[in-house]
Amino acid sequence: MAIEVRIPTILRTYTDGAKSVEGSGATLAELLGDIESRHSGLRERLVDGSGLRRFVNVYLNDEDVRFLGGLETPVKDGDTVTVLPAVAGGRR
Amino acid sequence: MRPQVTLASMLTISPELRAKIVAHARADDPDEACGIIAGPAGSDRPERFIPMLNAERSPTFYRFDSMEQLRVWREMDERDEEPVVIYHSHTATEAYPSRTDISYASEPGAHYVLVSTRDPDETEFRSFRIADGTVTEEEVRIAAPAGPGGPGGPGPE
Repeated sequence: MAIEVRIPTILRTYTDGAKSVEGSGATLAELLGDIESRHSGLRERLVDGSGLRRFVNVYLNDEDVRFLGGLETPVKDGDTVTVLPAVAGGRR
Repeated sequence: MRPQVTLASMLTISPELRAKIVAHARADDPDEACGIIAGPAGSDRPERFIPMLNAERSPTFYRFDSMEQLRVWREMDERDEEPVVIYHSHTATEAYPSRTDISYASEPGAHYVLVSTRDPDETEFRSFRIADGTVTEEEVRIAAPAGPGGPGGPGPE
């Protein structure tokens, strides 16, 4: 079973420079756990105590997982998960 | 293997693109305006102006809409481009990266352009590199950038 996870530039230090990595799992949470086992530290950049980090966008194929099930979003073989850090900022 | 980051100390941008950023900032004032200028990957040439929706629609915060960001990032990937400039405006404070600007900066290769519309007549326009939580201001050179094939391309008509 292979699910592609596309990694943004700033997180490629966890993947030895690779633009994408593969993993498996029935949910996004399981997939991230599987990938963490080979790329230690990556999950913490995406997940905190209350779930997916607020300023990281995670997409399953063409949808933002916030509108699906968050970490419990089901994933399957052939899916593509894309990670993009939010572009944001402000006055302070 | 760390990703390659080349720290150029200058942003070269055409007068037309500078004017588009300023016009966008003025149009959205008092909300913060935001967007990018894409260019060929590795070229450091800002070419394609892409104003973005500020999903926060706020005078104190900006954020790209997540679906628009996916669409634009995929499009750049297909065109072998990258975000050369990431710009946004401050509407009541100086054109300098705030603490949140620095903490959310996630494209170490980009030029972060800050514009301030706090003065009704004069728009501040400054550029910075933000990497590993460190801000470095850089020179802004307003000129038609050299085209592909070498430096010293034809100047503006």
